[in-house]
Amino acid sequence: MLRQTTYLTKRYGVPEGWTLPVYERDGGYEQARRALSMPREALVEEMKAANIRGRGGAGFPMGVKWSFMPWPPKPEKPHYLVINADEGEPGTFKDRTIMELDPHAVVEGCIIGCFGIGAHAAYIYVRDELHLSKARLWGAIKEARAKGYLGAKPFGIDYPVEVYVHTGAGAYICGEETSLLNSLEGKRGEPRLKPPFPAQSGAFGMPTTVNNLETIAAVPVALAMGGDAFSKLSDLHDQKDGGCRLYGVSGHVNTPGVFEACVGLTLRELIYDLGGGVKGGELLGVIPGGSSCPILRPDETVNAPDPKSPLHRWHGKNVLDVPMGVETYRALGTMLGTCCAIVLNKNTDIVLAMHNLMRFYRHESCGQCTPCREGSAWLFRILDRMVHGEATMEELDRLHEIADNIMGNTICAFGEGTAMPALGFLRKYRKEFEEHVRTKGKSGTGRLAL
Amino acid sequence: MTKFALSPDREKHVEEILSRYPNRQAACIPVLHLCQEQNGWISDDVVAWVAARLDLSAAHVKGVVTFYTLFNKEPVGKHQVWVCRTLSCALRGADEILHHCEKRLGIHVGQTTKDGKVTLRTAECLASCGTAPMIQVDKDYYENLTTAEVDRILDRLIK
Repeated sequence: MLRQTTYLTKRYGVPEGWTLPVYERDGGYEQARRALSMPREALVEEMKAANIRGRGGAGFPMGVKWSFMPWPPKPEKPHYLVINADEGEPGTFKDRTIMELDPHAVVEGCIIGCFGIGAHAAYIYVRDELHLSKARLWGAIKEARAKGYLGAKPFGIDYPVEVYVHTGAGAYICGEETSLLNSLEGKRGEPRLKPPFPAQSGAFGMPTTVNNLETIAAVPVALAMGGDAFSKLSDLHDQKDGGCRLYGVSGHVNTPGVFEACVGLTLRELIYDLGGGVKGGELLGVIPGGSSCPILRPDETVNAPDPKSPLHRWHGKNVLDVPMGVETYRALGTMLGTCCAIVLNKNTDIVLAMHNLMRFYRHESCGQCTPCREGSAWLFRILDRMVHGEATMEELDRLHEIADNIMGNTICAFGEGTAMPALGFLRKYRKEFEEHVRTKGKSGTGRLAL
Repeated sequence: MTKFALSPDREKHVEEILSRYPNRQAACIPVLHLCQEQNGWISDDVVAWVAARLDLSAAHVKGVVTFYTLFNKEPVGKHQVWVCRTLSCALRGADEILHHCEKRLGIHVGQTTKDGKVTLRTAECLASCGTAPMIQVDKDYYENLTTAEVDRILDRLIK
């Protein structure tokens, strides 16, 4: 059942919707004011009840993450809140809309978040490419500070909060939380070994919470509504996956864009109802939530006879009809990721599509771990040969082998982010790949665009 | 001694940047951005200046510069045109846009026009997937492009 909402996108398209007067007209900053006079435990409990799963891809429960921070904070070990807005995953473009169209929601979320984790400073890590986003965020910070909502005594309450924008310099890997922290500290954005986790030792060696930008922007809404009521917006409230969120759809659809709906929207609704249907013919496949999520075929059905499976309710149904949730998608063998789907129609050359994505991963591997650095380049080289009709069947099998050898052998999840979609393409479109190799590329359409 | 120095107003900005962080090293990337804004690219002189200004080793600063795509390691044109050709854009015609740019400018990706006006580059996903295909020209995004619109944009740059 399609349930579109406007809790997060209320000010999208409103003239000057990114300014303080418009935000305050909608009750802006009331929740921050309220939060600062709540007991910290009550705030965290409220957030736990909201069941906000991290919107950056990993889907970790936000309230639980906040509760991991050492308590009470020691004066010599200040806590930090870091917001991940390094949106760089192919297909993902939802955070940019928040920063451009509703930056005050982010700033208010930061004030509440800082209080919830015992921090006095928040850094919003934004890609340098997003000049408008940075300008709008700085603008919102300035407006909030001028009103006394930030600074030494926000709302007259003795709890100093500062919010800063920090920019990267073009590296997808900085979306990974520990490499983001290294980048924030002025280093190369190479991931750190975990443990220690950021809650123990994060930014500047201090306890840190890293939240995705959409996650933090949802905080004022969840607090206003009450955690439990917010969670119950979702179809998957029973799976502790609550609220509403932003969905993106791009590629071969008639109306690509960002849409807001309750958690539990299905891919079919996203593609056909919100995305206006597949452009130029039938559906070949969908990458559900950013390019790291293994592709789904429209002819797959759910196989979950076990009543304990989170997918049991949809046993025997088409995968496109499964609600998009963290647990449901994990059980499907893919990932929910950022909820931003890339749609491919039947005229798409599947080898070219994989070639395009692997070029991305080869370019963006930070180079720290050999399996990832060499593996991503090797995958791309073979696919390049395949595109040119030069690859052999043996090399097709080698693609599997290389991807398998990246899995689990790297410091961060970038390796899996490369290998899992690669294996997804190879397993689900084996026939097409074989045909392509056999006919030296003549069976493919040779096209990505329509 | 390094020949590079920041202009007085940018130097003031460095102070403001430093005030945001608990240590000087954290200012490394923002200060490099400032320097690149003034100099166009990060030369060894710039590296030496940043290292001295932030009490870092030149090797550390150089390591940071070479890690990130947006720091220019050599001089670039007056304008930079980035064509996104990652999957969402490619599905909506990014390759055609890219070839069109190459033809119009008479250069290949990575090169600068002879008059030094435009450097053509490709980008890996600029978070504009819903409005593909797109290009970034300096600080501005141009989205939902056709080749005719690309012509108009490039005309303004090279005239």
